[in-house]
Amino acid sequence: MRARDTDWDGVRLHVVTGKGGTGKTTVAAALALALAADGRKVLLVEVEGRQGIAQVFDLPPLPYEERKIAVAPGGGDVYALAIDPEEAMLDYLEMFYGMRRAGKALTKMGVVDFATTIAPGFRDVLVTGKTSEAVRRKGKDGRRVYDAVVLDAPPTGRITRFLNVTNEVAGLARMGPIKNHADLVNGVVASPETAVHFVTLLEEMPVQETLDGLDELRAAGLPPGGIFTNMVRESLLPASVLDDVGKDRFDPAELALGLKASGLADGSSDAAAVAEALAEEIAEHAHRTELERRERLSLARAGRPRYELPLLADGVDLAGLYELAESIHTQGAA
Amino acid sequence: MSERSERSVRQRTVPVLDLDAIIDDPGTRIVVCCGSGGVGKTTTAAALGLRAAERGRSAVVLTVDPARRLAQSMGLTELDNTPRPVAGVEGEGRLHAMMLDMKRTFDEIIEAHADPERARQILTNPFYQSLSSSFSGTQEYMAMEKLGQLRRSGDWDLIIVDTPPSRSALDFLDAPERLGRFLDGRLIRLLMAPAKAGGRSAFKLLNAGFGIVAGAMTKLLGAQVLKDLQTFVSALDAVFGGFRVRAEQTYRLLQAPGTAFVVVAAPERDAMREASYFVERLAEERMPLAGLVVNRVHLAPAAMLSAARSTAAAEDLESRGEHELTSAVLRLHAGRMQLATREHREQEHFLSAHPTVPVARVPAMPEDVHDLEGLRRVGELLAAQQGLG
Repeated sequence: MRARDTDWDGVRLHVVTGKGGTGKTTVAAALALALAADGRKVLLVEVEGRQGIAQVFDLPPLPYEERKIAVAPGGGDVYALAIDPEEAMLDYLEMFYGMRRAGKALTKMGVVDFATTIAPGFRDVLVTGKTSEAVRRKGKDGRRVYDAVVLDAPPTGRITRFLNVTNEVAGLARMGPIKNHADLVNGVVASPETAVHFVTLLEEMPVQETLDGLDELRAAGLPPGGIFTNMVRESLLPASVLDDVGKDRFDPAELALGLKASGLADGSSDAAAVAEALAEEIAEHAHRTELERRERLSLARAGRPRYELPLLADGVDLAGLYELAESIHTQGAA
Repeated sequence: MSERSERSVRQRTVPVLDLDAIIDDPGTRIVVCCGSGGVGKTTTAAALGLRAAERGRSAVVLTVDPARRLAQSMGLTELDNTPRPVAGVEGEGRLHAMMLDMKRTFDEIIEAHADPERARQILTNPFYQSLSSSFSGTQEYMAMEKLGQLRRSGDWDLIIVDTPPSRSALDFLDAPERLGRFLDGRLIRLLMAPAKAGGRSAFKLLNAGFGIVAGAMTKLLGAQVLKDLQTFVSALDAVFGGFRVRAEQTYRLLQAPGTAFVVVAAPERDAMREASYFVERLAEERMPLAGLVVNRVHLAPAAMLSAARSTAAAEDLESRGEHELTSAVLRLHAGRMQLATREHREQEHFLSAHPTVPVARVPAMPEDVHDLEGLRRVGELLAAQQGLG
């Protein structure tokens, strides 16, 4: 196992959130792979019943059970767990009260329906409780079973409520077992052992949600992590060209010459037509690059460590996940 | 993907979703936009609303949790439970918009259906407060409730609803059933029992199965929580009866011919998979599907040049050390074509599984919508389906 010097040394619970469509699950999976590299053991947890982990790793649906799903670069294991609130409740009853049978009866009577319908705060406590338990769990040798736990968490708009369990159940349970359990969870989630990472795109709405989410998180006293900017497209054109395009000084004639030289266009009119169409693409590209520059600046102002992950041309497949994991490692996030 | 399969993707004839025909039809009274989070669902709903209004309808857009600037584009600044007129609409029609205030909607139902003393009991109960301000579930119920209210008011001839960005965005379809199951459940009867037994501990009166559950609940929740819960459930009982009836009415309204469901997606794997799920689910529920809107489609103006040819030409120029600019532009174009091809592939799964579903595509735009003009532009793109993709 190599010694590491990463931005998140000492963090054991990596919570990954992000606006819908930003690739939150993909980033969580790649982060788990990167953290597990060189002989570590990492648990990747999902909580929303979407079976996103199974889809990303191209596996059949995951049961409510910790099972090994991938081997990390340099040896190391990624385990996955899809938390089902109902099962988490049975676990909880058994672990703390030894009440498996009563738990079954509760389920039959629709108590889980109750938990999700009447008091979603309870549901969140069960889910975060199960995650915290995995973070704190120790083996016979007294060491933590997992070097790190990565939680593919609910989206940015809901993340603070989701993690701020003590507050969520405070109104419901001022004392008693639920309150105690929530306090225990809070002890993990609000500690320096936890970091809440945000996944965003270089677009206005996800960037704004990230900044808002960070503010909310800070206000709730929860530990902010890094910002992962996903699906970043490399800029192929030199700044001078982009600048020309921005100032409407770009001349497609040079392009037409190049097209003819490369044999892509047969006659002058053909070359001119293709050059015009390509010029349109360049203009759009320049416009987008400028917008992206602005969004980068906004993100920089948040003052959090930032990482950029490339857009994968072929979409996210298993090879792509490893590519992203490598990129996360190179940038010092794991 | 090879060029051959690329061509076969394009050759499939997909029925075109004619949104103008839908919003122009006076028989269309409700349009429901559903889809997973982050696909531009709210923007689609707002753009359809504006377009409908500018084509003469009296429309109202009911949105749930819109992005700030989108809300601002319609002049909405805060959660509000009354539709507000949108300024700047051209033509004869009119447009109203509102952002659902879920807690307020819930409070109003309670106030309307319970006597003042009971209403006070409910509104101050910690369980009610959690339920009415929490995110999952309640938003769906309240969106349905509000939709029913708007429809019954008769003030608009077209209501466009943006469904909540929930884990399962079709939860609102389950609202009546879940509510019914919840109210009819043994759990509720158990919790109601003390009140009905005149305040004595009813747990003693119950059978052994209930006994275990009651014991478990006391242990799990603590006595205080259980007591709050019992108060809440018994106080809410009367109110919920009426709520359920209305939820069922709204459900039937959604099945009626005047309703059109528009499934919104982006050309990405997750979003298209969710879209398939929605389409199947709507069919199961016998809800009238109008079609699919695919937002954020990347088009290449120079599509006559394939990715493979561009890349080969760029390599050629690079090896000769000539025309640096052209080779960079060709690489850029190749990337764009690759993206377009991938997006086709992601849509293909949906199209082959649902070949009869009409589709409209909207090209990706560099900027988010900030103003009415932006919404109008989206509306035009939604309607103009010739020569796309």
